[in-house]
Amino acid sequence: MRPGAANIVQFENVGLRYGVGTETLSDISFSLAAGAFYFLTGPSGAGKSSLLRLIYLAQRPSRGLIRMFGEDVVTLPRARIPGFRRRIGTVFQDFRLIPHLSAYENIALPLRVNGVAEADIDTPVREMLEWVGLSGRAHAKPATLSGGEQQRVAIARAVIGRPEILVADEPTGNVDPEMAERLLYLFEALNKLGTTILVATHDLHLVPRVDDAQIIRLDKGRLSDPTGALRYPPKRG
Amino acid sequence: MALFGRGSGHWLTSAAGRRLLPEGWLSGPMPWVIAIMMFLMVLAAAAGLALGFAARGLDDHMSGQITIQIVDANKARRDDAAARIAAAVGKLPGVVSIRRIGDAEITELLQPWLGAGLADNDLPVPAMIDVAFAPAADRGIEKAGAVVHAISSRARIDAHAQWLAPLAGLIASLRWLAGVLVLLMAAAAAFTVVLAARAALNTHQATIDVMHHLGSSDAQIASLFQRRIATDALFGSLVGLLLASLVIYAVADRIAEVGSDLLGSVELPPVAWAILGLLPIAGTLLAMVAARLTIIVALRRRL
Repeated sequence: MRPGAANIVQFENVGLRYGVGTETLSDISFSLAAGAFYFLTGPSGAGKSSLLRLIYLAQRPSRGLIRMFGEDVVTLPRARIPGFRRRIGTVFQDFRLIPHLSAYENIALPLRVNGVAEADIDTPVREMLEWVGLSGRAHAKPATLSGGEQQRVAIARAVIGRPEILVADEPTGNVDPEMAERLLYLFEALNKLGTTILVATHDLHLVPRVDDAQIIRLDKGRLSDPTGALRYPPKRG
Repeated sequence: MALFGRGSGHWLTSAAGRRLLPEGWLSGPMPWVIAIMMFLMVLAAAAGLALGFAARGLDDHMSGQITIQIVDANKARRDDAAARIAAAVGKLPGVVSIRRIGDAEITELLQPWLGAGLADNDLPVPAMIDVAFAPAADRGIEKAGAVVHAISSRARIDAHAQWLAPLAGLIASLRWLAGVLVLLMAAAAAFTVVLAARAALNTHQATIDVMHHLGSSDAQIASLFQRRIATDALFGSLVGLLLASLVIYAVADRIAEVGSDLLGSVELPPVAWAILGLLPIAGTLLAMVAARLTIIVALRRRL
């Protein structure tokens, strides 16, 4: 954790087990500082998606403590979970756009869920479409968009509600290198506005492209860098 | 929990909210199943209401009536007893009317069984006095027995309520049966809604997952389905009511053609029609509650 920055996410000895099998995640302890940019790396099957599921509250851990925004979310009452989820932006590997809604309506969805008046929705949605370079595709359905365009709609949907943390699961996995660069640029721009970013990727080539990014490395369900040296590398010149 | 999903979920009832669940209106069998249920429910309710009003009419009309018969072969003594009894009973509390049935009327009543010329063959027939008491004049009816027997030991009293008791019992049983049928139909309709809601949840699982991840509450998601199911239920209920009303009119027409006083008393007054008209609204509310509870309970099993 960077000195002086508050923790937005804190894991302490977290374990996750699906059913009665072996633990998918074991003894995970780390923290994310507010406003920082993190890469969560590791080979396929290392448990990156499971860890992200814990952060975007799709799963409760089998053991350990998770604190988010200063509160214990392991024992968080179910009725309070929607309020927490609205503070977390999520970009899924498979986009999860609603196929029968246009790009515009997919992006507007978090605002509507949040109770924003219809009159106050159009401007931010159009700004977001412009930000991700899809102004001309506002009324296109996801099936008619390319993979990169769908990913940008998913990012716009994840950030339009100004979340405090953005969690992205392999956001560059289905796009070409040029589009991957553009997506990282969007994440950096968002990070500069103060949003904490956590990007899960198995592509280590992405890491050096973001200045001041920190790394959390998972291997076989465990942090491979328990001392924190990899997680908090020295700032690159 | 707001039944209509107000508050932060107001957009759910807008066009944007409707687009979230793309299924077309009346796309499944549920509206038609509800129409059939409502059709049977309205018929059962109409039968129960008609019997209820008929029973009330019979009760009002008959329970306060008695007929006094003086069985005496001696005509002079019989007429004398009839006159004295009529005078004495007329003074009892609660008597509304008292009328001695004339010999000619009795002869006419007996003609189908004893043939014409009853007056000529000097066959003795009882003297009969119809007495009507005001509603709830039970004490007057009780006193009438003592007064009548004090004047003539050959007189006996027939309380109309006594011989109507089996009919009243049958009507009460049929009313209960109609009520049970209405409840069973309502339960069947509610179970239909539960099945439809579960099927809709499975169909739209991916959309629900996304909504949850974006921070939708269970109540917001339930409102989406609830509005759709309410629309279908209202349509089905109105179709069922319309068809049942046509059947009721047709049956009423046939009853009128029969010309029976007893059957004719089975009719639906305007208040009964008003109650039947409320059934689709009640059915729609029931469907909304069933859908909401089903969806909320199903969503609570997930994180």
